[in-house]
Amino acid sequence: MTAAVTAGPTQHGGRRHRPLPAWLLGLIGPAGLVAVVELVPRAGLVDERYLPPCSAMIAALVEQAGTAEFWTALLETLRGWAIGLAIALAAGVVLGIVIGSVPLLRAATNSTIEFLRPIPSVALIPLAVLLFGTDMRSTLLLVVYAAFWQVLVQVLYGVRDVDPVADQTARMYRFRPLTRVVRLIWPTALPYVMTGFRLGASVALILEVTGELIIGSPGLGRQIAVAQTSGAVAPMYALVIVVGLIGVAVNVFARAAERRVLRWHPSVRTEVA
Amino acid sequence: MTNLIRRAAVALALPVALVVLWWVATADSTSIFWPPLSRILGVFGETWFTGRFTDDVLPSLARLFAGYLAALLLGVAMGVAIGSFRLLRALVEPVLEFFRAIPPPVLVPILMLFAGIGTEMKVLVIVSGCLWPVLLNTVEGVRGLDEVLRDTARCYRLGLRARLFRLILPGASPQIAAGARQALSIGIILMVISEMFAANNGVGFTIIQFQRSFAIPQMWTGIIVLGLIGIALSAIFRMVERRLLGWYIGVREAHRTEG
Repeated sequence: MTAAVTAGPTQHGGRRHRPLPAWLLGLIGPAGLVAVVELVPRAGLVDERYLPPCSAMIAALVEQAGTAEFWTALLETLRGWAIGLAIALAAGVVLGIVIGSVPLLRAATNSTIEFLRPIPSVALIPLAVLLFGTDMRSTLLLVVYAAFWQVLVQVLYGVRDVDPVADQTARMYRFRPLTRVVRLIWPTALPYVMTGFRLGASVALILEVTGELIIGSPGLGRQIAVAQTSGAVAPMYALVIVVGLIGVAVNVFARAAERRVLRWHPSVRTEVA
Repeated sequence: MTNLIRRAAVALALPVALVVLWWVATADSTSIFWPPLSRILGVFGETWFTGRFTDDVLPSLARLFAGYLAALLLGVAMGVAIGSFRLLRALVEPVLEFFRAIPPPVLVPILMLFAGIGTEMKVLVIVSGCLWPVLLNTVEGVRGLDEVLRDTARCYRLGLRARLFRLILPGASPQIAAGARQALSIGIILMVISEMFAANNGVGFTIIQFQRSFAIPQMWTGIIVLGLIGIALSAIFRMVERRLLGWYIGVREAHRTEG
């Protein structure tokens, strides 16, 4: 989220003897984790029923990867995430630009936005279940609600950030509203939109999996819940690992998209979360 | 004075309009899913203030508070350590990236194995979810400390303690606050989720019970309670932040108006 935004190339101090390269150290960390997870249950420090050794998890993962069920669930999760994020992004950007560029509208909606935003999206779970049952739509509702605020708030910050001189110049030249949006507001707001996209992407994944886990809509979250109730501990860990890897992929994807879209942008802006 | 009234009117107009709209639109609603707002508010008092507030709401909030506080302390302590030593950072960063990327709710079933479905599990879930934003932001904050300040501290040979409390923590505090804010909303989600998944008391548990027994107006009151909790906590957070970070907000505003 906020972290690692500024993670640029690591600065090397003025040392003569070169320390171990970063990628090697980076490999040692995960390798150490794998070793600990393998050895701790084997040595009997933790009950194997609670924490199976890493090799058992990997075996379960391989076994899962052989089933069609796993791949359908994976696709369901990714699809729900992508659709929810797309809806939230579109709604957030359009509403953000409209609200942000009309001062009266901004003043009138400010209190409502501040009021609705902190409402935890999980509060909507019972309502979603009543309306849509265990359909994917009930999870979609949560995803959209959660990601929408992230995007909207960033877009509002972005629109407010428009340079006053540029704004007055645009007025002088009597830009039509659409031109103003395309030429002036959009380029200013874009870095903020991308921040909203990045924040929204990880929140959307959290809510997607949460919905599947709690509501039981199809996806990896439901598979985890099923594995948990049937006491299949190693497969459950395997699925959690998969979800974690999806999370990493989402973060990497969002950051890459941000960098690509903002290639032209002179500086990486600090985030206003 | 009139200015103040006008501003209040602008701020309140939309919320009032929305509530009125909700009231009118559902006034003679016969749909069981959308009961009239008057009925929801009618059952609000008897639903929450006849024992549920102390039996469900307070335990939930206590768990959230305990977990959140533990995550803050742990996150800042680990973050300062990781942020200060480059070797340590290079070593653990990929692992942290992975743990951060796991959506915290999937840890509920795992932690249930270890800690059952009692209070410990819920606090653990909240800690394990809130830790990462605090930790990673602290690392970034410590890394982003002003080089000049750092060198000055070194020149004056500030002791470890002075360096920690005079330089590192204040310097990283805006970032830490950003992490703490993210952690708070994750914490609320986890508080509710852990109770919905498995519990015998708590707000989340109660709401799910209402929904399963089709006590729809009561369920709606639960949604409102959760909303109010979210709003109240974020208001409290902002107050605390303004208090602790007043100097920083002032500096930033000054920069903004200058530039």
